[in-house]
Amino acid sequence: MYVAVKGGERAIRNAHRRLAERRRGDPAVPELSLEQIREQLGLAVDRAMCEGALYDPRLAALALKQARGDSVEAAFLLRVFRNTLPRFGYSEPLDTGAMAVERRVSGAFKDLPGGQLLGATADYTHRLLDFALEEPQQPAPPGEEPEAEAGSGSEATGLLPRALAQLGEEALIEAPPADEGAPVPDITRDPPLFPAERAQRLQTLARGDEGFLVGLAYSSQRGYGNTHPFVGELRQGRVAVELVPEELGFAVEIGEIEVSELETVNQFTGDAEHAPCFTRGYGLAFGRSERKALAMALLDRSLRAEELGEELGAPAQDQEFVLEHADNILATGFMEHLKLPHHVDFQAERELLRALRRAWEERRSAPEAAE
Amino acid sequence: MTAMDRAAGPRRPGYNYAFLDEATKREIRRKLLKAVAIPGHQVPFSSREMPMPPGWGTGGIQVTASLIGPSDVLKVIDQGSDDTTNAVSIRRFFAETAGVETTSSTRRASIIQTRHRVPETPLSEGQILVFQVPLPEPLRFLEPRESETRKLHALAEYGSAYVSLYEQVARHGRIAQSYDYPVMVGARYLMRPSPIPSFDNPKLDRSPALLLFGAGRERRLYAVPPYTSVESLSFEDRPFRIELPPRRCDLCGATDSFLDEIVADDAGTRIFACSDSEYCGERQRAQGLSVVAP
Amino acid sequence: MTLPATSLPTALAPEQPLLQVRGLTKDYGAGRGCRDISFTLWPGEILGIVGESGAGKSTLLDCLGGFAVPDAGRADYASRLFGPVEIFGLSEARRRRLARSEWGFVHQDARRGLRMSVSAGGNVGERLMAEGERHYGSLRARATDWLQRLELDADRIDDPPSQFSGGMRQRLQIARNLVTEPRLLLMDEPTGGLDLSVQARLLDLLRGLVRGLDLSAVLVTHDLGVVRLLCDRVLVMEGGRIVEEGLTDQVLEDPQHPHSQRLVASILPV
Repeated sequence: MYVAVKGGERAIRNAHRRLAERRRGDPAVPELSLEQIREQLGLAVDRAMCEGALYDPRLAALALKQARGDSVEAAFLLRVFRNTLPRFGYSEPLDTGAMAVERRVSGAFKDLPGGQLLGATADYTHRLLDFALEEPQQPAPPGEEPEAEAGSGSEATGLLPRALAQLGEEALIEAPPADEGAPVPDITRDPPLFPAERAQRLQTLARGDEGFLVGLAYSSQRGYGNTHPFVGELRQGRVAVELVPEELGFAVEIGEIEVSELETVNQFTGDAEHAPCFTRGYGLAFGRSERKALAMALLDRSLRAEELGEELGAPAQDQEFVLEHADNILATGFMEHLKLPHHVDFQAERELLRALRRAWEERRSAPEAAE
Repeated sequence: MTAMDRAAGPRRPGYNYAFLDEATKREIRRKLLKAVAIPGHQVPFSSREMPMPPGWGTGGIQVTASLIGPSDVLKVIDQGSDDTTNAVSIRRFFAETAGVETTSSTRRASIIQTRHRVPETPLSEGQILVFQVPLPEPLRFLEPRESETRKLHALAEYGSAYVSLYEQVARHGRIAQSYDYPVMVGARYLMRPSPIPSFDNPKLDRSPALLLFGAGRERRLYAVPPYTSVESLSFEDRPFRIELPPRRCDLCGATDSFLDEIVADDAGTRIFACSDSEYCGERQRAQGLSVVAP
Repeated sequence: MTLPATSLPTALAPEQPLLQVRGLTKDYGAGRGCRDISFTLWPGEILGIVGESGAGKSTLLDCLGGFAVPDAGRADYASRLFGPVEIFGLSEARRRRLARSEWGFVHQDARRGLRMSVSAGGNVGERLMAEGERHYGSLRARATDWLQRLELDADRIDDPPSQFSGGMRQRLQIARNLVTEPRLLLMDEPTGGLDLSVQARLLDLLRGLVRGLDLSAVLVTHDLGVVRLLCDRVLVMEGGRIVEEGLTDQVLEDPQHPHSQRLVASILPV
């Protein structure tokens, strides 16, 4: 007898074995180490950390290896692992103003205090396949650092003032939201109900799928809810993470993480009570995920449309639409569950369709018989 | 003794009992109590990531994980069968993380987790049936906004649900919904019974077992306490009816069970067999047949 | 504010107004919105609100219809279900109940007031189902009846409005509202965007229905021809305020305020 999908335990065991073989590929080719993935596929690691909502480059490298390079699957593995970790508490807000900046650019300002630091960017490269990379590269001999001229930026020393501070001095831009000491909602502990407040929106965007966010942000630039953005400042580098242990009562540094922070400056026409001013959109992503941070900032701003009394109607302004569909782990899971057996429902539909067809045929032949 | 029936055994080390941490289980149990107190009402909960994809039963799995204890006996079915791949995977998850005894026997199980079916064997008091729910909101396709559907439930404004039934009758001369057929629970809340065939709807009405529903991806829990009325939506002059052609199971001869239509060989011969594999097997055994799995 | 006795529809002269609006203000800034609006609507009366676009007419109607929340003011309504109520202070449950039983709202764009993918019969039946009607046959009969009263072909009962012409959609929207026999109908440019011949037929229909059902209506339009045909009384708005009010014939024949004079001068006599 044909056992359809009811393969049972043995089929599953076989599938797992085949998966392990596929993952390894040709055993004649050397196996990837986690260090290789972390060091040489850094942006894939960063993306897995963002969407997996866990800062741990080594585990992200492991997840990527296990997932055969599939970023969504890697993020999923990290999320599940994250869920098994005990919670010690919540860190203090990151002070990105005190970031050890490695890259910092602004599109809104020609120049700004501290200068534009390009850092490691592919922005001005020509996207030509570099066949030299086909062969292993010799590491650059020590001491041959690139010229330390302004703008090319090795790591900046000292603090860089925030680019948008100079707009604030003229009161041309809204003040950043004040820290009122109110507890910050946690979307992993309290299910967000709509309307979601900005903190919940930012949390959801931060772990949202990069592709989805980029697509929506792009739609907002093409007329579906334009927010007229400028990149006020993109800064990338390492920041300290601090925690206040209950028994100490003061903040101690528990480590450093690398982040990309992006603030947009957006037009705002004002209304009866508010003078026209610039408004802000905010994005923050783990590692060097600057595309993600930019998309997040555009969407943060477009999701503020209602708060700012702007005309609504575009998908990127609709918080239920954006937030409910941004998580690629939820989206993938539900979409791929279509592969599970549905034969009971399908059978019920099949019988229904047969009955409807019979009724239709009868209706169709009835008037003919009457004629 | 089949692969589904396994005695209680050792657990996988390194993870908490039944995977979830105790604080999360407590939260889910609290939300379940609320759900039981307001039959049919969807209670939001902060669904956790589980080691299976969301949409593959993580809601039901979290409900089961927060309730299960060493003395429980667990049965897991998908499409009515204990042997479908996803049922196997979930059963094994609990055997490994909770070390519980598993069974295919509907009668013996204290917790039955199911996807898309209610077992044919009547349930009894003390049993818990846990449904995996993909989309909990019965008004979703009439109103995509959660903020609006919550309002409609709060105000018991269910006119739009009847609009979709009206449309079916107008178009097809009958209510043409064969599964996931909406029900009124306790004459108050409109509820999706999960995608069970409407054939199974009557089994929910005044069931002696506790019915729990978990939607992990959509972060909702709901419940039907024992002996609560569950009425399938209908018009006075178009009552709810199960309209299936009279057929019998080719394996056990049952005329009262939901049948799968199975292509039995490469020539395309079709047979009809019980979707509830355990029910079918029991009946075959009782007739002294050598048991054939559907 | 007291109402001059002459403004009562002569046949009715009831002692209780249906709707009394006092000091209604909704300010969108930059001169948009409506300010300090007061008027009284009597049972059986059709009140026109005219003005150029941007005069605040639609804002006023949106506030009354529950689509916008006013900054100030009150509106007292004599409800069949609940007795006298102040509509801006109503609980959402009561407001929605009234909106689907005692009130109707006809949008200029019929797509806003209809479910475009649901059949004409389903559209007309929805309010009945929301009010608890659970008999398919009777839903069907009442939907058929209302389609016919709006001169829609009853054979089209199972077609969705997406297959209807603009004029038919508008009539369907009106049928959907009238099926629960509301007391108060709010209409926003109900004939806007329709061909002239279609407009004329719709206006005729509306006049007959409103009189026959003893409805009261507030009708917003920029078209004084519509006002002349339908309205007992008219308010003229400019810059968010009422600048003139009176019996329709009075205002159209002898406008007092310069703005009303300009409006009247800009149309051809009917």
